[in-house]
Amino acid sequence: MNDDTANNDSAEADVHGHVAVEVTTLDAELIEGPSVATADIAEYAVWLGDDSLVLAQQLGAWISRAPELEEDVALGNVALDLIGHARSLLHYAGTATDRSEDDLAYWRTEPDFRSLHIVEQPNGDFAHTIARQFVVSHYLFELYSRLRASADPTLAAIAAKAVKEVDYHRDHSTQWVLRLAEGTDESRRRMITAMSDLWPYVEEIFRDDPLIDRLEGIAVRPSSLRPAFDSAIAPVLAEAELDIPVGFVASGGGRTGKHSEHLAFLLAEMQVLTRAHPGASW
Amino acid sequence: MTSTITPDMSVPAAISVEEQQFNDLLEADSRIEPRDWMPEGYRKSLVRQISQHAHSEIIGMQPESNWITRAPSLKRKAILMAKVQDEAGHGLYLYSAAQTLGATRDDMTDALIAGKARYSSIFNYPTPSWADMGSIGWLVDGAAICNQVPLCRASYGPYGRAMVRICKEESFHQRQGFEILLELMQGTDEQRQMAQDSVNRWYWPALMMFGPPDDDSPNSAQSMVWKIKRHSNDELRQRFVNMLVPQAAVLGVTLPDPDLHFNEETQQWDLGVIDWTEFHEVLAGRGPNNAQRLQRRRDAHDEGQWVREAAAAYARKQSARTEEMAAS
Repeated sequence: MNDDTANNDSAEADVHGHVAVEVTTLDAELIEGPSVATADIAEYAVWLGDDSLVLAQQLGAWISRAPELEEDVALGNVALDLIGHARSLLHYAGTATDRSEDDLAYWRTEPDFRSLHIVEQPNGDFAHTIARQFVVSHYLFELYSRLRASADPTLAAIAAKAVKEVDYHRDHSTQWVLRLAEGTDESRRRMITAMSDLWPYVEEIFRDDPLIDRLEGIAVRPSSLRPAFDSAIAPVLAEAELDIPVGFVASGGGRTGKHSEHLAFLLAEMQVLTRAHPGASW
Repeated sequence: MTSTITPDMSVPAAISVEEQQFNDLLEADSRIEPRDWMPEGYRKSLVRQISQHAHSEIIGMQPESNWITRAPSLKRKAILMAKVQDEAGHGLYLYSAAQTLGATRDDMTDALIAGKARYSSIFNYPTPSWADMGSIGWLVDGAAICNQVPLCRASYGPYGRAMVRICKEESFHQRQGFEILLELMQGTDEQRQMAQDSVNRWYWPALMMFGPPDDDSPNSAQSMVWKIKRHSNDELRQRFVNMLVPQAAVLGVTLPDPDLHFNEETQQWDLGVIDWTEFHEVLAGRGPNNAQRLQRRRDAHDEGQWVREAAAAYARKQSARTEEMAAS
């Protein structure tokens, strides 16, 4: 239906005609491509896919509860982008073991997830959600910028699409960090608390793992992203007059299946219906 | 000003030049725009209708957002997120359309969370099962489309144009609901039962979405004269049922009306008697989820207060800085 037909009676007779909306289909290169991931590449794709999935799941819980309608829309957008990245990455990972994106999302248990602890941290108040978004989207932007040059064409294609989207996420969270830090006394206090609550989980993002050594030229070395991440966030924190929080560094371990307590609850909710109906399709 | 709605527009008493122009625009099926003169009753009636519609979109996010975190596949999760996000977007366009008539978003929001404004009663029903995502799309959005497509031609420009965009997205919503049910009906016994149970719960409330029967609909007559509304409640309800019957057959679900039958004479599907007592109960705030829906909206509003204040304070500081820089 288009604007013209909506304005005449024929549209009234035909409103239930087929309307194609493509937000839900995976990109052609993923579905039709002959590429099958190796075990190591699949493991790496699961790392990145799980981060996106867990974060999208958390942001999805904001929809209909955001501080203003514009944020229901914005956080929904970010969540949708992340679900898209997760689906592409998990679909690709699944090619190594003949599993679907849903097999990986719904039928793995906690120790088989590879998400970072920072994405597992709860939504908290809006400042906590923003602090988490600020850190993760700056990291993802640096990551996907480099992953575009991966020797693996599928990862490169996924990164090329994702980088444009996380660039928007980066901008969205940056604007909110500034607003909250410089807004009212209360918002500033909450922003400082949120940053200091989240900061212990930053270091894990940039830790290397033997897997990365085996994927030279294909994966992006996490530690190599730290300088770019630090220089990207520094001017924002300076403008917001926020100090980099000092305190303990969390032990992490998400990449080897050691998770925060939060993940099990998140997965229980996410997987409950699917697991009640083994073999069903939806 | 008291509301003096007189359904008879043909009163020959002296009418102003502006009023004549307004009547001429209606007569010619042209759009009335925000800058045009309009009768106070027309303005009020539109603000009431548009803001109720906006509130319905906003409250309507809740029964579906319940299932975002539990959607049974990533594809369904993505579709559902996109759908609920569309509803927030619809709420935003509609509030903007009402703002062109002088209503403020703060006042409209306050009226909603104070429980003074109405929204579609359909959203006061619970969504205990995944199949309800299907029924809401197929039945609730389906009914909404039948109601809303004629509104694309509503005489008030900003409303009609907002509705064009909304209707496009609603037909996607209806389609995805139908697909959810189709998938369930082609699935396991448990899935089929889930779908039928859900259709049983949503069918009658969806029919009530068209509003009371024509002989009991106080605002309809004037709205039709003003070309805000173009078809009567019963006419639209009939159109909807005629459309549903073949779709139910494709799905393989039974519509829960033992009296539903095809009338050879009128070539329409005659339906059984609607239990309006239930409609009035829900409308009066005594439906299954009225209190919960309003409470959640109020909580989101209250908990977001500090964020909105921060954004406003930041914007003031930024503009003060800009002015200082311009002055120096």
